[in-house]
Amino acid sequence: MAIGWYLTVSALIFCIGAVGVILRPNPLVILLCLELMLNAGNLALVAFSRMWGHEDGQIFALIVMVVAACEVTVGLGLIVAIYRRRLPINVDDLNELHG
Amino acid sequence: MSATTFGWLILLFPLLGTIIIGVSFRRLPSTVAGWIGSLAIALAFAAAIGALISLQGQPESHRELTSSLWDYAVSAGVDARLSILIDPLSVFMALVVSGVSFLIHVYSIAYMKSDRGYNRYFAYLNYFVFSMLLLVTAGNFLLLIVGWAFVGAASYLLISFWYRRRTATAAGIKAFLVNVFGDVGLVLGTFFIFRHTGTIDFQKAFAAAPHVFTHNSTDLTAGCLLLLVGAFAKSAQVPLHTWLPDAMEGPTPVSALIHAATMVTAGVYLILRMHPFYEISTTAADVGAIVGCLTLLLAATVAVVQTDLKRVIAYSTMSQIGYMVMGVSVGAYSAGLFHLMTHAFFKALLFMSAGSLISAMGGEQSLDRMGGFRKAMPFTFACFIIGGLALSGLPPFSGWLSKDDIIAFLDHRGGWFLILGIAGYVGALLTGVYTFRMIFRAFWGEPVEEARELEHGHLVHHDVPTNPQTGEAEDTDVGFPGVEHHIAERDIAMRAPMALLAVGAVVGGVLQIPGVDDVVHNFLKPTFAGSHLAEIDVKAGASWVGLIVGALIAVAGIFIAYRVYIVRPGTSAALQARFSRLHTFLYNKWYFDELIDALVVRPVQWMGRFTESVLERGVIAGGITGGTVGVVRAASAAVRRAQTGFLRYYAAVLIVGLSGMALYFLISAS
Amino acid sequence: MSAVLFFLAAIGALAGAVGVVTIRNPFYSVLALVCHLIALAALFLLLRAEFVAAGQVVVYAGAVMVLYVFVVAYVGGSDEPLHRPGGALKVLAPLFGLALAIELCIAMLGTVLKGVSTDGAAYTQGFGTPAHIGTLFLTTYLFPFEVASLLLLVAAVGAVMLARRRRGLEPEEEVTPRFVPRAAFTGTMAEAAGFRAGAGTTTEPEKQTEPVGAQTSPPAGVGSTADRPEGGW
Repeated sequence: MAIGWYLTVSALIFCIGAVGVILRPNPLVILLCLELMLNAGNLALVAFSRMWGHEDGQIFALIVMVVAACEVTVGLGLIVAIYRRRLPINVDDLNELHG
Repeated sequence: MSATTFGWLILLFPLLGTIIIGVSFRRLPSTVAGWIGSLAIALAFAAAIGALISLQGQPESHRELTSSLWDYAVSAGVDARLSILIDPLSVFMALVVSGVSFLIHVYSIAYMKSDRGYNRYFAYLNYFVFSMLLLVTAGNFLLLIVGWAFVGAASYLLISFWYRRRTATAAGIKAFLVNVFGDVGLVLGTFFIFRHTGTIDFQKAFAAAPHVFTHNSTDLTAGCLLLLVGAFAKSAQVPLHTWLPDAMEGPTPVSALIHAATMVTAGVYLILRMHPFYEISTTAADVGAIVGCLTLLLAATVAVVQTDLKRVIAYSTMSQIGYMVMGVSVGAYSAGLFHLMTHAFFKALLFMSAGSLISAMGGEQSLDRMGGFRKAMPFTFACFIIGGLALSGLPPFSGWLSKDDIIAFLDHRGGWFLILGIAGYVGALLTGVYTFRMIFRAFWGEPVEEARELEHGHLVHHDVPTNPQTGEAEDTDVGFPGVEHHIAERDIAMRAPMALLAVGAVVGGVLQIPGVDDVVHNFLKPTFAGSHLAEIDVKAGASWVGLIVGALIAVAGIFIAYRVYIVRPGTSAALQARFSRLHTFLYNKWYFDELIDALVVRPVQWMGRFTESVLERGVIAGGITGGTVGVVRAASAAVRRAQTGFLRYYAAVLIVGLSGMALYFLISAS
Repeated sequence: MSAVLFFLAAIGALAGAVGVVTIRNPFYSVLALVCHLIALAALFLLLRAEFVAAGQVVVYAGAVMVLYVFVVAYVGGSDEPLHRPGGALKVLAPLFGLALAIELCIAMLGTVLKGVSTDGAAYTQGFGTPAHIGTLFLTTYLFPFEVASLLLLVAAVGAVMLARRRRGLEPEEEVTPRFVPRAAFTGTMAEAAGFRAGAGTTTEPEKQTEPVGAQTSPPAGVGSTADRPEGGW
């Protein structure tokens, strides 16, 4: 298949993830949608790597996976901490950082 | 040493005096400050004598010498230097100023002895003499204006010397404001003249004047009128005279020095110095003459009904300065200066004697409470008589010769100046009346309690010192007039200057006896060399006629006062009752204070209030700053709504931004 | 053949993505993501990225998702409907996404990226094998490799710090939350900015919890500035 198809899929997944970030109030689901976006990026990277014939894109994708793992760790740690303090798990209610 | 070196010394000594006293004022014990100050002025007087001798040693055409200390701002179109001009006029003025100042300093050593502000007083007094000497020796408009302003400041400092006294501070502010008004006139006049002559140096400006200005040109007339405004403010001529009576709030030596002999003569000096301009712009000169005449009449009428001793003498000063202004405006230069000198003598003498009398009264200044001091204070009485006779113009006293010299000149010039001359005689009559009214009321009649005490050798001292004007109690602990009062009979430091001045008042006239000698006139010839008015010579015969008329009028005035106050003591009360409306009008000083209050003070206050409430609060604070703040606040409130705290909004904004960037790149790449 | 596989994997990925976004229950969302990840691994394989595909399955779907499952189980997260801010965002969000998708598609399908119409470069032997990846990691990309490990360390430490239990700070009997959600545009920053709408009501709890010694300026606070004649600030 032409690389363009993979990129289209990547774009669609990215946009679905973006919509999900905006739409869902549950921070857990927001993190999941962030994962979606990251994976879309990964897909694009690997597709380009295939296009050029270098593995540099794949290296990048692996690093992205590492970063995603770290981010998930910290994010979930935050959610656990919020839950421990008996705060609602709802980003609409956690709105103290405003002007 | 050259005359100009002496000139710089004249300025240096009082300046050193004020700096030394000012710096060490806390440490100088008892009367040391007074002696330092007097020494400084004595040295200045000596330097003035030196300048005189050195100047007279020069040939007559070389008697206008300038010396510049420093080029302040000399560039295209402006030549501002610190330069002095030593010529007969400035030496004459310097001699009078430093001489009389020295005597008043010595007088003050004793008079101000128990005052807490003793050292401050002498620092101020020396500063005043320095500024006055700077004014008279100035060689260009710059130093003239500087000296002028300094003199105004010194006057303010000295009038409100007893600064805890509410009336004194109010009087100081009033004097300062009117003087500043005059300063504005002076500076603007300078600009008008500078615009055409292109130089602020006196000699260059005077030399250029006939070539640059035509007769009665508008610019020159405007400039001269503005200079006159300055002169009138400083010399207390109508309508800028209201500050002088109030200035009597200062200590009596201050009144003697500033408001009799020196500062108020600065206006006369100005007109004298600027005589080349006034001879070209005869309109302005005429205005000066008319105002001088009005002042002398107005002041004389007001002096006749005043009850405060010092204010009678103050109005008398105003009237005599009116004579001088009138005289120098029409060209009687040497006569005007001669009268300035003799007036300095007898007016300072009168003020000093008044100080002694007020001390004997324990600070009380009202004529209504005085009487019968003849036996108790013989020396003061003698000085009052001498001063009064000189002021009224009785032969052979100096005032007779000088005042009638002016009137004779006016009569000689003829035309409408004759009216001014007649007004001068009317003023002379009134002068005799009010002067001897004052003397008769204070020294004749039943001795009052203070006089009786003094006859037994006991100087009255009130337990609670009061403000002579308002009668409210004061606190001498914070530096009010000193607890002790000093009278001439007891203090040699007061007696000696008074005696010297009395001698001057008696014999000073010998300098200019018509037909006999012409010392002043000849001395001043180099200064007025180019003037066509100065060359007018009043024949001795005409002068003598005028002198005799003047003497008769003076005797008539004294006789009227004698009749009213001594022969039939109830007459003045009866006159007051009969002409009560006129009396009230004159007593309220022709309502000038109220007029100025309505015309100037109230509108300015209203404008201030209006500006504060409308402009300041409404426009600036409310509109401009408030508006700006409001706009910024509203804008930031609007922007703040974007910071909702909702994570999803932020994410949405991110996505939108991202799309926007992608769109931009898409478009730019295609 | 590869086209069929591609479409299968692509549809799986997209379905999983849509599932993540739309399924209410967060647990099922996680499962949808797992499906998505596995489909993505298939797509990686089709692109000859063997190691990345294996890594995706083992690390991402295997470890990260398991972590997610743990947390979801702990936290709970019940079915909640799509509520506030409701109206506006519910409509706008898909629109934003659609706009972005269209833009990206236009970008690709335009003639700018000519290269994407190819099938890719010629296949070299060992492309995407662990050997090649490993060589690259330890030679050209050594620094990112090390930094990545450092990053993992930091993340681990951070997670421990965040989620540790502080002794005696959360008694079980406390039911009332220490934090009351404030109304919109209130709160400490609103107060500081002088916003007066709800300040009067929300300053009360603050006053009561202040210790005795504190001297904040409640009397000179927002309400009393109206009494002073001067200015407003």
